[in-house]
Amino acid sequence: MTTVLLGSISRLVTVTVDGRELRVPEGATILDVLREQGVETPTLCWAPNLTPINACRVCMVEVEGSRVLVPSCARKVDDGMVVRTDTEKVRHSRRMVLELLASSVDMDQASEDVQRWMVEYGVEPGRYGPPAPPEDDRAGHRVGHHHAPDGSTAANVAQPVKVDNDLYVRDYARCILCYKCVKACGTDAQFTFAISAAGRGFDAHIATEYDGELPDSACVYCGNCIGVCPTGALKSVREHELREAGDWRPEKETVTTTICSFCGVGCNLELHVQQGSIVNVTSPSDHSVTHGHLCIKGRFGFQHVQNLPEA
Amino acid sequence: MDLRLSTAEPTEAERRAVDAAFAAHRSPDDVPGADVRFPDSGHAARGRRHILLPALHAVMDAVGHLTPGALNHLARVLSVPPADVYGVATFYAMFSVTPRAPHVVHVCDDVACAPAGAEAVIAGLTEDLGEEGEGKEACWVRSPCLGLCERAPAAMLQLAGRPDVSVAPAAIGSLRAELDRIATEEPTRVPAADAAFADATVSVPQAGQPQLTLLRRVGVVDPESIDDYRAHGGYEALRRAVALGPERVIREVSDASLTGRGGAAFPTGVKWDGVARAPSRPHYLVCNADESEPGTFKDRVLMEYDPFGLIEAMTIAGYATGCERGYLYVRGEYPLATRRLEHAIATARAHGYLGDDVAGDGFTFDIELRRGAGAYICGEETALLNSIEGHRGEPRNKPPFPSTSGLFGKPTVINNVETLYNVLPVLAVGGEEFAKVGGGRSTGTKLFCVSGAVGTPGVYEVDFGTTLRELLELAGGVRGELRAVLLGGAAGGFVLPDGLELPLTLEGSREIGATLGSGVVLALDTQADLTGTLRRIAAFFRDESCGQCVPCRVGTVRQEEALARLTRGAPKGPELTLLDDLARVMQDASICGLGQTAPAAVLSALKLGLL
Repeated sequence: MTTVLLGSISRLVTVTVDGRELRVPEGATILDVLREQGVETPTLCWAPNLTPINACRVCMVEVEGSRVLVPSCARKVDDGMVVRTDTEKVRHSRRMVLELLASSVDMDQASEDVQRWMVEYGVEPGRYGPPAPPEDDRAGHRVGHHHAPDGSTAANVAQPVKVDNDLYVRDYARCILCYKCVKACGTDAQFTFAISAAGRGFDAHIATEYDGELPDSACVYCGNCIGVCPTGALKSVREHELREAGDWRPEKETVTTTICSFCGVGCNLELHVQQGSIVNVTSPSDHSVTHGHLCIKGRFGFQHVQNLPEA
Repeated sequence: MDLRLSTAEPTEAERRAVDAAFAAHRSPDDVPGADVRFPDSGHAARGRRHILLPALHAVMDAVGHLTPGALNHLARVLSVPPADVYGVATFYAMFSVTPRAPHVVHVCDDVACAPAGAEAVIAGLTEDLGEEGEGKEACWVRSPCLGLCERAPAAMLQLAGRPDVSVAPAAIGSLRAELDRIATEEPTRVPAADAAFADATVSVPQAGQPQLTLLRRVGVVDPESIDDYRAHGGYEALRRAVALGPERVIREVSDASLTGRGGAAFPTGVKWDGVARAPSRPHYLVCNADESEPGTFKDRVLMEYDPFGLIEAMTIAGYATGCERGYLYVRGEYPLATRRLEHAIATARAHGYLGDDVAGDGFTFDIELRRGAGAYICGEETALLNSIEGHRGEPRNKPPFPSTSGLFGKPTVINNVETLYNVLPVLAVGGEEFAKVGGGRSTGTKLFCVSGAVGTPGVYEVDFGTTLRELLELAGGVRGELRAVLLGGAAGGFVLPDGLELPLTLEGSREIGATLGSGVVLALDTQADLTGTLRRIAAFFRDESCGQCVPCRVGTVRQEEALARLTRGAPKGPELTLLDDLARVMQDASICGLGQTAPAAVLSALKLGLL
């Protein structure tokens, strides 16, 4: 017998987006509708392969009847919903979220889209003053306490890069606390639960138990946290070393799609190649087998391909 | 769940503390000692996570800080990943994951205590014990408002191996005496320090007056005696509720136009009706007793002096909305209220007022008390739910609202303490009669926490519609020359001396762009350091932000920095623009009420030219 998968049959509801009336499937998020309509909406903590996290607050839109703005990534459409994306209130909030992040986090390695949004929304991180110097032990701050600032410098999360294993680095000076890595390590993909948010407020940070080193934690080095990190806070040691040496050449990168040969699951791999050598391995988030997530072998087990005899 | 645990082992004391907490909170179908650390243990493993917060408390109470061995043991027993245990443990200000003295003096330096001499207390403690957080046997730390503003300045002693106590008014002498007693005397079930709270009129100057409704039993009944409670009208409202039936009870509450007293002023009848009708079971009741708004102490006073009132009101709420279990989440810094409530719950249970057949009326209802651990954000209703469930106290995205998906994903009624006490008079006189006092959405009486530069600080009960001037006069008038009144707390705003005719109603305060909030009325005279007050409020929000969303996490930091520059004499123009930009993104885009109201007081002060 052949089974035909029809998918779930959903009712259509009517929503109005920036004055246009649309019929959209019930259960879609506002962001789904905006993407479908080609309305560009900045996102940071959203990813196609994770449940909405709703922490960064950059995708906010106005919904009629709501006093405050609404996160488009998480809010599902209701029949008769009236959404506005082009208001001053929306633009202001998006600009400020990007500006507050840029003033406290190193955003240099965020995607080209993020860089473009910061220009388009008119972000001026410099107006909060010069950045405060890096701190070695941000994790040691006592919860609910801080030293009163004098306002001469802007507090930020600058700190040394954590390199404690051979596969990836944790550069928390670039962490915007989007929680994507926590979700990928936990219930959205890996179910390893090696990391969690720890601390509170501006001192909140991503940590293993007791802020320990990765090899002492439950980490299985699947690298799915790297796969979802939007700002380069988590990256492979290979990429980190190339960047440090000034040999990182994204403009010369080619991507080759293949299938992982380690086991029979059939995960699609995308080999990112720079100057004749593999620098990273990813998987497409819309792939039906991986949903963008891999295991340690698929993501890091490529060295043997490159162990060519010296010419 | 396949946990990877470290090799750290707990000490015998830590193991005993965790095991006792586990035994006390385990659900009946959870087999003692059953190891559920395997991948498909499902509900058996996940169902234990809510024990995490009580178990962390148990270790803190026994040892004074959280060692890797204790956290590892907790992770093993509860089947919670060690990283998650650490994430939860580092969320709360009363917990310490680094070694700390077993006796910690939390000294309030917040808006009411700072002008009352908190810094002198701190100077004395620094001399005795050393710098903040240092000291071997005892140490001191600064604390946000401890909710003892009528007795400012206040301190709370968090003590390993014996019950915590509050000391207020705190002077270096009284603290020395208390620390001395701790060092030399054996602990008793009821600590000697509680005796300082025996006189209710210090907290409620109106105590005993005949016109009181919510406060009528304060200072009149013995808070430790259920018989005395019954002799003063106790459990009459429950009897009436059972006679009416659940639907009529909800109708009376709706007819009374009772609105939530926690700050959001949501109609209680609508909330109850929503949960009562929710098809999903079980239903849960949660009493939000995590009173932490700076300047607020009304709920504490009610719980300390009339604990059975809250137990009865929760029972009625549970009966009306179909809940068999109620969680009472009481602020961690309220040791006396916690003791009184624990005693009241145990006594009510022993007398058949809680349990499988409440008062012989055939319905089931019981209450479990949970202690907060030093996090203002856990007063936000969805953060509170996460806290009970053993997660970090981070607010949830709404919708879904708790009435459809709340505690453990089930329909949940969440009410503030004062709101629940109001249910008793609603049933005593009927909803329509109750609504005759006040008007509009502001019906009945309201408790105000009057502190600062007034003759007699304390909790005052007045009819809605009383003016701010009348309230201040009731509290013995302003000492000195009034500069401003902080109305509604850190999340509220200021009222100038020319605005004292303000009628204290939800509508009246909204009209002038203020809020009654949690009922804070903090009087500041011309001697008060207003700039210092504002900076303390800004620092408070920075400390208490959960850190989840960007507008609040970074916005509260930038707000405090801008305020610091302004007080140092930086040019006003750019700073005011900055503060306005920050305020708008915090109000419009924060996840919860904390971020949305974090700029309120600063904006209000700037608008009124107080800075």
